[in-house]
This record gives sequence, structure tokens and C-alpha cells, in this order.
Amino acid sequence: MLEPAAKLNLAYWMRLTRTLDDAVMAMWKQGRGLGGTFSGKGHEAISVGAGYAMGADDVVAPMHRDLGCYLVRGLSAERIMANQLGKEAGVTGGRDANLHGLGDLSLNILGFVSHLPQSMPVALGAAMAFQYRQEPRVALTFAGDGSSNTGLFHETLNLAAVQRAPYIVVVENNQYAYSTPIHEQMAIDDIVVRATAHGIPGQIVDGNDVAAVHEAVAAAADRARQGEGPSLIEAKTMRMLGHAIHDGAEYVPDELLEEWETRDPVVRWETALVEDGLLSPETVSRLHEECREEVEAAIAYAERAPLPGAAGVADGVYAP
Amino acid sequence: MSELHDLTYLDAIAEGLMVEMERDPNVLIIGNDVGGSFGGAFKVTKRAADHFGPGRVKNMPMTELAFVGAASGMALMGLRPVIEVQFADFISTAFDSIVQYAATTHYRWGASVPWVLRAPSDGGIRSGPFHSQNPEAWFVHTPGLKVVAPATPADAKGLLLAAIRDDNPVVYFESKPLYRSLRGPVPHGDEAIPIGVARTALEGDDLSIITYGSTVHDSLQAAHELSNEGVAVEVVDLRSLKPMDDGAILASVAKTGRALVVHAANRMAGVGSEIAAFIAEEAFADLDAPVKRLGGMDIPIPFSPPLEDAYRVGPPEIAGAIRELMAW
Repeated sequence: MLEPAAKLNLAYWMRLTRTLDDAVMAMWKQGRGLGGTFSGKGHEAISVGAGYAMGADDVVAPMHRDLGCYLVRGLSAERIMANQLGKEAGVTGGRDANLHGLGDLSLNILGFVSHLPQSMPVALGAAMAFQYRQEPRVALTFAGDGSSNTGLFHETLNLAAVQRAPYIVVVENNQYAYSTPIHEQMAIDDIVVRATAHGIPGQIVDGNDVAAVHEAVAAAADRARQGEGPSLIEAKTMRMLGHAIHDGAEYVPDELLEEWETRDPVVRWETALVEDGLLSPETVSRLHEECREEVEAAIAYAERAPLPGAAGVADGVYAP
Repeated sequence: MSELHDLTYLDAIAEGLMVEMERDPNVLIIGNDVGGSFGGAFKVTKRAADHFGPGRVKNMPMTELAFVGAASGMALMGLRPVIEVQFADFISTAFDSIVQYAATTHYRWGASVPWVLRAPSDGGIRSGPFHSQNPEAWFVHTPGLKVVAPATPADAKGLLLAAIRDDNPVVYFESKPLYRSLRGPVPHGDEAIPIGVARTALEGDDLSIITYGSTVHDSLQAAHELSNEGVAVEVVDLRSLKPMDDGAILASVAKTGRALVVHAANRMAGVGSEIAAFIAEEAFADLDAPVKRLGGMDIPIPFSPPLEDAYRVGPPEIAGAIRELMAW
């Protein structure tokens, strides 16, 4: 069970995530962005709930819809926004785009490449390193429904199972891989059966319920730490906007979005905490205002920050 | 200089693995069939498997894309995995994990990925299209990787030590036909041979052969033949392909005025194409003849002896090319 303070923290991180996400979408539509970018709207309960369930020594490998996980793990909105705008102060110093490559080993975050399932074996390797050194640490990777069709997804689950590695895969089933709906991607109803195929425990959770995601990930992490091996969690949700900023997602039926809008994970959690008496309409408003101020400050910082100098373009291809 | 002992090319690699695993507990071996009582398809990891056991010499399921990716994760956490892909030909199954993730990570977010991928490569041993390839050009073309290709037992050990200690992903091409056919003096001890430094395998004033891997030996044989004709050939063994020892290439060509580039891989867009273009750009004024390249034919590598022999470059082709360049 989540303590009241933890419940409030989850509300804060989810609202901060949504506020930053909305602000980024608005900036890009106003022409203040750089290149393309991605929204994780609808994924906040998964990215925040899973990120919050992991210990500081545990490793996470978030993707482009996991803004909340980066924030929870301590990557500041300033550095994230500076990266979005290609600034020197961004995590990658202008080398990688939007949320790509937001790795920081001091925060135990692994950066991803556009070949998304690539994060899966890398996080597994981290878990195998913990096993090798007998450290009580766990590695978690996120993956999408699209990724779950790749050979690498299956290779990695198989390898994780054979190694009994302290490893968690959170599959964010958001119903669409770019424009391709789930029923054109796979002939199964639940991705979780793919865990069964590899002999590891799998669980379906409501991806719009942060407490459910948190509970499932925390339980998987406990099992992993006790040497009971990897787990897969399928978090069912809906991608509420297009694949990327350029994509209006006209191919998604309006009724589907309307249905999922009623389950908005951020609003849902705030409403639940008001019902619990942990928040009130006034404190919810204050939370929104605080998050807005934090996001505005981060964007102002990132917009002011300098671009990288071209003189350094070839620096850092190799470790010295 | 450490004391020398005589080892095969294969035993030199095996000794290199032992030295680094003794020296650094973060070094481990992963790959298909590398461990247990088996010790690898070529037995390169047998000594290590016998000595260190399954905790440090780990058999992997046939999941190259995943276990090379896992090596990157281990490396990010401070381990130094040495990966064996059973044949260099199978490296394509792990391509994304090498060129997309491992090669780009330090540039993008500053984290080191110190692994070594050992790739048993090369042909001439009647192994057909999928057990004979020399795919080094793919990786020389990829920024963020280092690529080495030792030609002698001493270099096989010394470059392996350097590769394991390097903080970057290194693809290490070992030549299968040399495994047991080639013996040579190897220093005891743990002295590494620096990556990026070429070696003059033979000194001469008339023509430079720039080469690496097994064709170093073919080139030496051709050079010996030409010495009987009064031609003094210099053979530069590159040892490292990325970074490449540009200075050694230019110095040799400046001395001889003639350049022949030789490798076992197919010639089309091979590493030799880059070397030839580099010489043409940087040393044109030194040249008394056009730069010439020799490499395999631009065909899949055939199995049957007459076909494979027609595909491969050998001492006769190298000797012919030397005579052609000397006639200019």
C-alpha cells in the first residue's frame, strides 16, 4: 500500500509530466520547437508509477513516451528541455534529438536509440552485471506494443529467462504502432502471453492506474531482488496524440479516444486523492499552478541557453 | 622486452584472454558455446572456461542481437565483456546492437561502452559463403567503433589486451586460417600493443604493400619471390583499421613511390578503397605509379576449391600486381 506522502508524490510527478508534455506540444505548434518531438499523453501512470517503484540504485531504460520516468529519476525539466531544443546544456549537448539519448549513469538512466527494442538487451545486460557482482539491484526497461513484435523482444526475454536476471520489462500497450492498430500487429489479445512463451511471469495492469502500475512493478522488483528472475508487465493504455508532433492521428477513431479520455490517468489520480481527502480542489489548483511555474521556468532556461559550438562537433565520438 | 615463447595464433588469443581475466575481475566472456567443457567452436575460450568456469565464461542462447546488446549494458555498468560471435559471418545478426547502440552511445550521452567483439573471420579453408567472410568494412565505416585485425601471434595477444582495456567498443577480427597454421614468438606478460599503430613487416625501398590480417603473409611470400627479381618490397601491416595509422602509410609511400593495397575481403568498397583514396589524396606527388588494390571478387564466397581459389587473392596475384606497378 502506498503511504499518503507517496500518493501525493505520484500526483505531483504525473501533473508535472502532463504540464511539461502539454507545454512542449504547444511550443512545437507555435514553431518554437526544433525538429520533431513526442507526446507521452496517456502514459503518465506507467512512466511515473514504474519509475517511482524503482530504487535509486536500480537502473531504468525509459523511451520517448516516458517523460515521467526521467523526471521521477531526477533528470531535471531544464536539462530535458535544453535537449529538446538542441542546446549545449541538454543531456546530449545537441547530439541527439528530443527525448532520445537522455542517458545519465549518475541517475542510473540508460538512453535509448530510435530502434526502440534496443533498450531491452542493454537493460538486461545491466541486470546481468548486477547478478555477476551479486549486487541487490534491478534493471527495468520499457517497451511498446510495436517492439513486442520484433525478434529482439523475444531474444531478450529468452535470454533474461535463461539467466534468471533481475530484470523487468514494462510493455506499454498503447494500441498503435505509429498508424498500425494492434489487431494488424498481432493475432493475440494480450501481449502478456509472450512472457508465458518464455517461461517468465507476466501480468496485465491498467496502465491508466498509477497505483496498479506501481504495485505490479514493486512486486516484480522484489521478486527480482530475491533471485526469482525477470517479469513482464503489460500496461494497457492509449496513445492520446499522434506518433509524433507532425502526426494528427486521423486514423484513430474518435470514439476510441473519447472512451480513453474518461480514464485520463492524471485526472483520475487527482480525483481519487480528493476523494481520499489527501487533496482538495484548492490544493489541486495549487499543484497545477506549481507545475506550470516549474515548466515555464524550465522552458525559459532552455530557450535562453546557448546552442553548442560547431567546433566541438567531433568531440566525444570515442571515450578517451 | 618480456621473455618470448612460441605460440600458435589461436593460443596467443587464448593467452590474452587468460591474462586479462586474471588481471581484471570485470572481464568476462559471453558467446555461443564458449563455456562448459566445450570451450568454443575453435576452442579459443577453452582455457578460460576450464580455469574460470561458467560464472565468467558464459554460454549464451542463440540470441546474438540480444547478447551483444546485453554486453553494452554490462559495459555501461563497469564490466568488460569479451563477446565471441562464432563466425564473423554471423555478426550481421547483431548489427543494430553494434552500430546503432554501442557505437553511438559515447557521442550521444557520454557513457563508455568498453566491450570487445571477437570475430573469427576469413576463408581459404573451404567453409563456404557463410563461414568465410571478412566483413570489417561495415565497422570501419561506423563512427564510434574501433577495429583491429592482427596478423601475428604476438599482435593477436597484444592487440587483444589493448582492446579489452580500451574504453570503447572494439571489433577484433581474428583470421581463422591462421589459428593453427601460424606459430610465432609471443611475449610473456601483460604488455599491450597500442591500437592505431602499424608495423613494418618487411622493409624495402621500391614498393609499399599496405595490408592486414592473413594477406600480410601472402604479401611477404610475394615480396620474397620479387626479391629474387631485384625488387625490394616494403610490407606495412596495419594491425588496426580504425583508427588507422595514416602516418605509417604516408611515410612508406613517400619512401617507395608505389602503393599496392591488399586484403582478403572483397575489393568493392572494401577498406582498401579508403586506403587507396587516402593515398591518392595525400601522397599523389610521391607516386610513380597508380595506386592498385587487390581483394576478393565481388561475389559471395564460393565453397569448392577451384571456385574459392579464384575468388581469393594469393601470392601469385600479389606478385603479378607488384610486377605491373614496377613496370610503370
